[in-house]
Amino acid sequence: MYGNAYIDPNDPKNKLIAGEDPAKLQAFEETILAGKKIEPQDWMPVNYRKQLVRMIEQHAHSEIIGALPEGTWITRAPGFRRKLALMAKVQDEVGHAQLLYAAAETLGKSREDMINDLISGKSKYSNVFNYPAKTWADSAVIAWLIDAGAIVNQLANSKGSYGPYCRALERICYEESFHLKYGHDNVVHLATGTKKQRAMVQDALNRWWPPIMHFFGPSDKESVHTEILMRWKVKMASNDDMRQQFLDMYVPKIWDLGLTLPDKKLRKNPETKKWMYTEPDWDEFKRVINGDGPCNAERLAVRRMAEQRGRWVRKAIVNPKDSYVKPFA
Amino acid sequence: MSEYIKELLYKMADDQLIIGHRNSEWTGLGPLLEEDIAFSSMAQDKVGQSQHLYQLLHELGASDPDTVAFTRNAKQFHCCQLVELPIGDYSFSIVRHFLFDFAEALRFEALSNSSFQPLAQVARKFKGEIKYHTLHANTWMQQLGNGNEESKAKMQSALNEAWPYALGIFEKGHFENQLIENKVFFGEEALKQQWLDLVSPLIKKAGLKVPHGTKNTKGIGGRVGIHTEYLQPLLNEMTEVYAIDPSADW
Repeated sequence: MYGNAYIDPNDPKNKLIAGEDPAKLQAFEETILAGKKIEPQDWMPVNYRKQLVRMIEQHAHSEIIGALPEGTWITRAPGFRRKLALMAKVQDEVGHAQLLYAAAETLGKSREDMINDLISGKSKYSNVFNYPAKTWADSAVIAWLIDAGAIVNQLANSKGSYGPYCRALERICYEESFHLKYGHDNVVHLATGTKKQRAMVQDALNRWWPPIMHFFGPSDKESVHTEILMRWKVKMASNDDMRQQFLDMYVPKIWDLGLTLPDKKLRKNPETKKWMYTEPDWDEFKRVINGDGPCNAERLAVRRMAEQRGRWVRKAIVNPKDSYVKPFA
Repeated sequence: MSEYIKELLYKMADDQLIIGHRNSEWTGLGPLLEEDIAFSSMAQDKVGQSQHLYQLLHELGASDPDTVAFTRNAKQFHCCQLVELPIGDYSFSIVRHFLFDFAEALRFEALSNSSFQPLAQVARKFKGEIKYHTLHANTWMQQLGNGNEESKAKMQSALNEAWPYALGIFEKGHFENQLIENKVFFGEEALKQQWLDLVSPLIKKAGLKVPHGTKNTKGIGGRVGIHTEYLQPLLNEMTEVYAIDPSADW
């Protein structure tokens, strides 16, 4: 699973190409234009590296924080089949974090530094995980629809320009497609089950719909930075396009199960073939991203506790004679 | 089918289910991502093994595995008390994992020659899985026991705490003699001796002291339904969703 890395292209700090050597920049852009990948040892603009570290790091954090809301349901999963599947699913998510931290490390930031930035609140993770998974049905909706959203996003990003990230994403998407099947199967069982099960899944869907609509981020504002990030294949699709793609793939499936969505405006315009919906509450989105969501404090507290309690273990296995080595791409 | 075989299967299945459940609690909380992943893998193996054993019981007339696992209360469980203790500090989880899994490895080895063929078959399968568990456990025992002063102290203290409970793994059931006479299993006493011979040198190699006492004094009763205060809350959590409607298809 994962969330959308939130890059603010209008950040005045991001004067993306200021000070770069024009000849090197041109060669770099030609490589990307030719559809080739950029590898860790290749020359790259300072801001390309910076944006990628931020994006991959946020993605990695989203995987480990994302393991928490679903992880709480592992010990409560009903029956062997679900218990075994959920354990394997959440384990995959932690494995994705491992892959992604390694991909980000090839750009020069250590896993330890990234995790420290996560628990200090300096770096972000996907907003959806700041919402609680109140019932078993929440874990089913997350596994189906959040993972579905992640696949839309990650498939796009796997066609990006940075080799190690693309390779990690290809493997991640492969595993996510199993998660999606697991989540769908789980939701189908609930939606076609007893009265209580149906009520449970409808309730979960009602609560998760706003975070799902937030998932792809606000509409991209047109700016020279978006253009450059797209040319560099750091950003591969606009937030609105990904949201449309997601709605197109999943709203009909949700309706087919006899479930409803809490948005009266939601429908597909037959002429434009675009989905119409109530504009998500972007003020809430910003508020939650900036730390004021229902679970931000709890998620970070759990992560901080795990880091603190595990510190003696990491300390005991470090050989002071060893120096830091970047992983292979 | 004979009660003595059922008794053996129940205690093994319950051990695997409960230790698997405890292992899974490390997901998201491990000291390293790699350890979240390792404990999750072992949890999946253990829970999968319990399912196999409940299936054997089902074939001997018990209810289906989900019903047996998800509807009994603590008194009806036959796991040893060691497996039901909370995960605690990582040192405790590693020590328990080390003590329990070496006993399991020897148990599966012995049972792969059991006269009860269905059990011999699954024991052979489990042997292939558990060798990675003991490898993992021993690697960490050696690293942390021989690590720094802090890690050594933590490991020794965890070992002292877990040891009496580990001896409870070998608590005899009601049908110990029949199991031995019918060559289903060579018995808990023989298993305990093999286990002491195997783990003692490994503990010393890890720079730790083997705790005194080889008689079961604490942590006894699990095999006959007497449990610590931790088992019933674990079961309440495990069955929370299932209990909403046990007849529903989840």
